[in-house]
Amino acid sequence: MNNQSHTELAEVTYHPEPHSGTAHIWRTTIILSVITVIELGLGFLMYFTDFPHWLDLFIKGVIVILSLAKAFYIVGVFMHLGDEIRNMIMTVVVPLLLFVWFIAAFLWDGSSFRALRNRYDTHYKERTIQHEVRDADTATHPLN
Amino acid sequence: MATTAVVPGTKWWNGGKSPFNVEYGKLMMWYFLMSDSFTFGALLISYGTIRFSSNYWPDPNEVFNAFPGFGHMNLPLAFVSLMTFILIISSVTMVLAVHEGHRGNKAGVIKWMFWTIIGGLAFLGCQAWEWTHMITGENVVMIDGKLDVVGQTLTINPWGAHVPDAVVSEALAKTPHDGLVDIVAMQKHDMDHNAIAAMDDAALISQIDMAQLHVRQTGPPLFGGFFFGITGFHGFHVFSGVVINIIMLIMAQNNVFERKGHYLMIEKAGLYWHFVDLVWVFVFLCFYLI
Repeated sequence: MNNQSHTELAEVTYHPEPHSGTAHIWRTTIILSVITVIELGLGFLMYFTDFPHWLDLFIKGVIVILSLAKAFYIVGVFMHLGDEIRNMIMTVVVPLLLFVWFIAAFLWDGSSFRALRNRYDTHYKERTIQHEVRDADTATHPLN
Repeated sequence: MATTAVVPGTKWWNGGKSPFNVEYGKLMMWYFLMSDSFTFGALLISYGTIRFSSNYWPDPNEVFNAFPGFGHMNLPLAFVSLMTFILIISSVTMVLAVHEGHRGNKAGVIKWMFWTIIGGLAFLGCQAWEWTHMITGENVVMIDGKLDVVGQTLTINPWGAHVPDAVVSEALAKTPHDGLVDIVAMQKHDMDHNAIAAMDDAALISQIDMAQLHVRQTGPPLFGGFFFGITGFHGFHVFSGVVINIIMLIMAQNNVFERKGHYLMIEKAGLYWHFVDLVWVFVFLCFYLI
C-alpha cells in the first residue's frame, strides 16, 4: 500500500487496509447476479402461473426483500460504506428510516383514495374494475 | 471489513481529527446521495400511490415484452434483464477501478474506467431503444367506440383491458378511414402506404386480420408519465455519471491523481456510479418486477 499517498489528508486518522485481492468483489458480483436471476425466476413464475391473489402478493414481497438485499450488498461492499466508522454510517443510514413512514403513509393514502372513490362513484367503479368486487375495493377501513 | 481496527477508546470528538474519519468531499458525496435517494424515493412512492389508487394497472409483462431483433415475439422481462446485468457489470468494473486506485496503479484505473464508461453507454443505448420502441409502438386501442393505432406517450396509454371481439367488430364499423389505413399499414408492412390509403373502407376492413388485432381500451395515462419521468431521471443520472467518468479517465490519463498522490476522486465518482446502479435496482423492482 502506498501509505505516503494519504499523508496529505488531515481529515483521515486511520486507514482501513485495502483488500489485497479482488475476491470479495467477485463474490459480491456473483451474489448480486444470483439474486437478480432469482428475482427474474419469480417474475416468470408469476407470469406463467395463475396464482391466487394473496400468493402473488407474497411473491412480490419476497422480490422486494431480495431487492433490499441487493441494495445492502451494493452499498456495503461496492460503495465501501461497511468500511467506514460507525458514526459516519449512522448519519447516512438513520435519515433513510424516514422511508418507513414515507412508503407506508403514501401507499395507505393511495389505497384509501381508491376505496373512497369506488364507494362514492359507482359509475367509476363499474367502468374501471376488472375483477369481482372485493370488500377491500370499497372498504375505507380494511383493518377494522 | 477493515482489517485495521479503530484504536479502542479513540476520542473522535475531542478535536484535531475528523469525527467521521473521512475526507470532506467524500462525506458530502454521501450526503448528496442520501438526499438524491429521497428524490428518487419520492418519485417511486408517488408512482406507488397512484398505482394503489387505481382499479386497473397495466401488467408490466405485457408492456415490456420486446427485444431488439426479435420482432413481435413475446419476451417479457428479457430486455430489462439485459439492462440490469449491464449496469451490475459496469458497477463491478467501477469497484475494480477504485481498487486499482487504492494501489496507485494508474494503468489499472484507466483500464477499468474505460470499461465502466462502455457499460454506461451500453445501458443508455438500451434505454434509447426501449423509449423509441414504446413511443413509436403500434397498439390498437378503442377510443370513444372507434379504433385507433397509438404508442405509449405521456398522454395516452394503450394497455387497458382487452376489448371483446363483438365490441371490436362494432367499433371497426365506426372507425374512420384514416384509422383503418393505420391498422392495415400496421399489419401489412410490405404493402405500399399510398395503395392502402387509396382503398375504400370495406376493402380495408377485409384486409384486417382480426385474430391479430388484440384491441384494448386505453389504460391509465399516468403510467407513461411515471415511466418516462422516472426512467428518464435515472437515465439522466447515468448520462451525467458517464460524463463524470470520462472526465475522471482524462484526469487519470493526464497524471492529475499521480501528482495529488491519491485517487480519492475516483472513489467519489465511484460512489455516484454505484448509486446509479442502486437506484436501478428499485426502478427495476417497481416498474418491471412487481
